[in-house]
Amino acid sequence: MPAPGTLAGQIWRATAGTKFWRGVVATIVFLALWETAARTGISRIPAPSAVAVTFADLMRDPGYWFSWYLSTRRVFAGFLAAMLIGIPLGLGMAVSRAFYGTVFPVFEVLRPIPPLAWVPAAIIFWPTQELSIAFVTFLGAFYAVVINVIGGAQAIDVRYYQAARSMGSSGWDIFRRIILPGTLPSIVVGATVGIGIAWAVVVAAEMISGGGSAGSMGGAKGGGLGFFIWNSYVGGSYTQIVVGMISIGIAGYVSSALLRKLGELVTPWLRDM
Amino acid sequence: MSAEPVATRELALAGASAPAVLPQTGRKGEIRIANVVKIYGSEATGVRAVDNCTFDVPAGKITVVVGPSGCGKTTLLNAIAGFHSISSGTIHLDGALLCGPGRPKADPGPDRIVVFQNGALFPWKTIIENVAFGPMMQGRMNKKEAFERARAMLAEAGLRNLEDHYPGEISSGMRRRVEIARALMNDPKVLLLDEPYRALDSLTKSVMHEALLETFDRNQVTIFFITHDLEEAIFLGHRVVIMTTRPCKPKKILSVDIPHPRDYSVLTAKRFREYLDETVEAVHEEALKAFAAGERER
Repeated sequence: MPAPGTLAGQIWRATAGTKFWRGVVATIVFLALWETAARTGISRIPAPSAVAVTFADLMRDPGYWFSWYLSTRRVFAGFLAAMLIGIPLGLGMAVSRAFYGTVFPVFEVLRPIPPLAWVPAAIIFWPTQELSIAFVTFLGAFYAVVINVIGGAQAIDVRYYQAARSMGSSGWDIFRRIILPGTLPSIVVGATVGIGIAWAVVVAAEMISGGGSAGSMGGAKGGGLGFFIWNSYVGGSYTQIVVGMISIGIAGYVSSALLRKLGELVTPWLRDM
Repeated sequence: MSAEPVATRELALAGASAPAVLPQTGRKGEIRIANVVKIYGSEATGVRAVDNCTFDVPAGKITVVVGPSGCGKTTLLNAIAGFHSISSGTIHLDGALLCGPGRPKADPGPDRIVVFQNGALFPWKTIIENVAFGPMMQGRMNKKEAFERARAMLAEAGLRNLEDHYPGEISSGMRRRVEIARALMNDPKVLLLDEPYRALDSLTKSVMHEALLETFDRNQVTIFFITHDLEEAIFLGHRVVIMTTRPCKPKKILSVDIPHPRDYSVLTAKRFREYLDETVEAVHEEALKAFAAGERER
């Protein structure tokens, strides 16, 4: 058994449990069933072995990586805008009844409209395809961020305000030292949920809008991961469809994991609880 | 003394060796509650929570208010703290009007600090940051001074080595003691304790009681303590005010003539049992009324 604390120790600990091996076995069984289904003709989805070969080829294809780059850029642009606008908006609604009364009804009417329903309007409104896609992505993340910020700020226990007031805090102190840190865990949740939605939305937006104006640069495999999947479908490269799907899964997982890690860093008091 | 928990004995030693951190001059903290009425809702149809309530909280003493759950004790505490308004009557602190005619709600301030039922340490601040919070907010100390004094305050309360932990990482008993240390950092005239030990198990509670009494013996701060535990009330209080069930007003005021400093051996003393016998009936009577009226735990 390797010494605890070292990298080897950490890997040993992560792989020693039944839970880990159960996951490994489940994945192998799943892949085996999939392979069998494809080879016997039960399923027309390409076999994992064929997908793996295509994946290996695409790893050397700059067009594929350009799609990664484009989608990532759109997601982060939309997501960042959602955070920059959504957090102040949510906090404003939480602290001011008048502001809440003014903004929330509009917000609630717009919120049920699925981001994808905005695609045609966005294409008409924004001067470039790139901006239209980023805007739709923004909408996807925006509602999750705002709703979580409002909920988080409103859930702060009144005792914290009372205690802070008794100890002589000003309104600004209360905002900075009570409301902001008190809402931070919900901001992290909103961000994690929001970026997941942003990935879901960007893919669909790219499919509908045809990859955007930058699509031509990477050839048929550029234009974003959503466009890549659609283009592969149109071109009949079924293994590429699956590679595109797995790519999006990886992208969403990695972004959420990064945000969770970042969230743990900014909310150290929630560790080990 | 034989039943005294080890932790308390260590605490006693820590308390004896460290000098009192608080200045003890010029602080009084006498509260006069006169004819206070609190009606929730309208005059005609509202709920009368406190009715014509009059009693004094003497300076430098522990006054314990006992009454059935939901009887309006907390309403009174909130009025003193300045969290809620009163409908009529007056509350004075050392002769100055806190709230009364033309001023239904007192301003919250560092001279009256509440220690809450479920605790209100800021979860996102470390123990030392919590304790140092008040003086920094009031601009009386810079961060360095406040931290230094907070460290001394924690050491005095036997809470060394907790400084850099978050409240979520320590036991609920420890959290209560930290919260009292945080309160004392404000040099309050009055500590307002709202059933602070309600959620604790009885063993932890006994440790808390002795720690509170020690804090009191060191600092002589006026304490206004709410509970529905009669034994706790008599053990801690110089004065025990037994309240009627809603609407709340004093039913019986008792002076507990057992000298401070007290310790847990008092619980078995004959005098203590006599006080208990004397009051248990009055409390039980009100509890029955409250039960019949369907008062529920909040």
